[in-house]
Amino acid sequence: MDNIFLYSSLYLAFLMVLSLVRALIGPTVLDRMIGVNAIGSKTVVLLIMIGFLYHRMDMFVDIALAYAMLNFIAVLAASRYFQKRKGLYDEVLYR
Amino acid sequence: MDIINIIVCVLLFSGLFFLTGGAVGILRFPDFYSRLHPAGKLDTLGSLLAMTAFALFNLHHFSLGALLTSLKILLIVVFIFLASPTATHGIVDAGVRAGLAPWTKGEKRR
Amino acid sequence: MSIDQKWGRLLDKQEEKELGNDHNTSKVENSDRGSWRRKNFGLYAVTFFIMLGVWAILSGKFDPFHLSLGVISCAIVSYLSADLLRPSVRGLLILLVRWVPYLLWLMKEIFKANLHVTYLVFHPRMMDLIDPKIVKFRSKLEGDLALVTFANSITLTPGTITVNVSLDGDFKVHAIDKASGEPLPGEMEARVAKAFGESDG
Repeated sequence: MDNIFLYSSLYLAFLMVLSLVRALIGPTVLDRMIGVNAIGSKTVVLLIMIGFLYHRMDMFVDIALAYAMLNFIAVLAASRYFQKRKGLYDEVLYR
Repeated sequence: MDIINIIVCVLLFSGLFFLTGGAVGILRFPDFYSRLHPAGKLDTLGSLLAMTAFALFNLHHFSLGALLTSLKILLIVVFIFLASPTATHGIVDAGVRAGLAPWTKGEKRR
Repeated sequence: MSIDQKWGRLLDKQEEKELGNDHNTSKVENSDRGSWRRKNFGLYAVTFFIMLGVWAILSGKFDPFHLSLGVISCAIVSYLSADLLRPSVRGLLILLVRWVPYLLWLMKEIFKANLHVTYLVFHPRMMDLIDPKIVKFRSKLEGDLALVTFANSITLTPGTITVNVSLDGDFKVHAIDKASGEPLPGEMEARVAKAFGESDG
């Protein structure tokens, strides 16, 4: 069972790299934000799998809960911030 | 390999399948609005299935501490289920207010 | 008129609607929080016990010292914030009973929706299949909580994302292809209305 969790977490890390590509190339700021949000939701799963691998579930589940809340608040705050900014469209035009 | 391990594996792999769909979807779809579909839906169901698998596996050696840990994992599931559509809605709202036009059929992909 | 006054009037209107038949005798004013608190003591108790349950799960310690800390902080927080939830205790319990079948149905719908989106994602000629457009319609739902639940359910199910909801129930929905946008107000609205007890109106 430990091996299954190990290779699943490696695969999950690979999926996070794919999301990171969208965060790096994505034409607008909001595309980058989608990539970061996807990385965050995969990180919660990854944290719990790391907890199984180290046999310290009681500790890692608290970290995962706090990370899920932080991810949600960060996405909301960032979207509130960028909707006030006028120059969002420019990034597409000057490319 | 007893029965509970098989259930855990099936749930975990189906969760990983949906998470793969989410990661590939935000790379392939043509514009900002359609990229939100895999990011908002597939990631939610994928993490939900994977979390259920972990909560089940955690109850393998039953004790009070293990029960509390599984309840905490279910708390994370409930939180994701509430928070993920709200975060998606926040991003869509920012896009609409910034004036991004949605992609329609026949245009070049952005 | 300032924004606070507008919100106050809106809340007053909604309370009158909830009180229903006896709204001419007991007009609840915004400043009269004390009597509202005394009348809805059960709401505070429900909030308190839910919070205490979450505290017990999160702390995991059951000795008197930690439990008393939990009781004190839950009492303070429920005193400050219980009137954010407007419905009465009986309404809350009925809501919980009606919610369970709705949630089961929603899980089934979410699963089907995700299979559809996954099929779109992995299809080699995906660009020909999708046809995004924005659908507008007007919902018959009235309560705030019903509208929020409906909007979140739309976001979670077949290829649709809620873009905007107004307070009157005007929905703007981004649908990813034709098949998922068409049946929209349809069955889900009826089920949400049933879950919140608005099926007559």
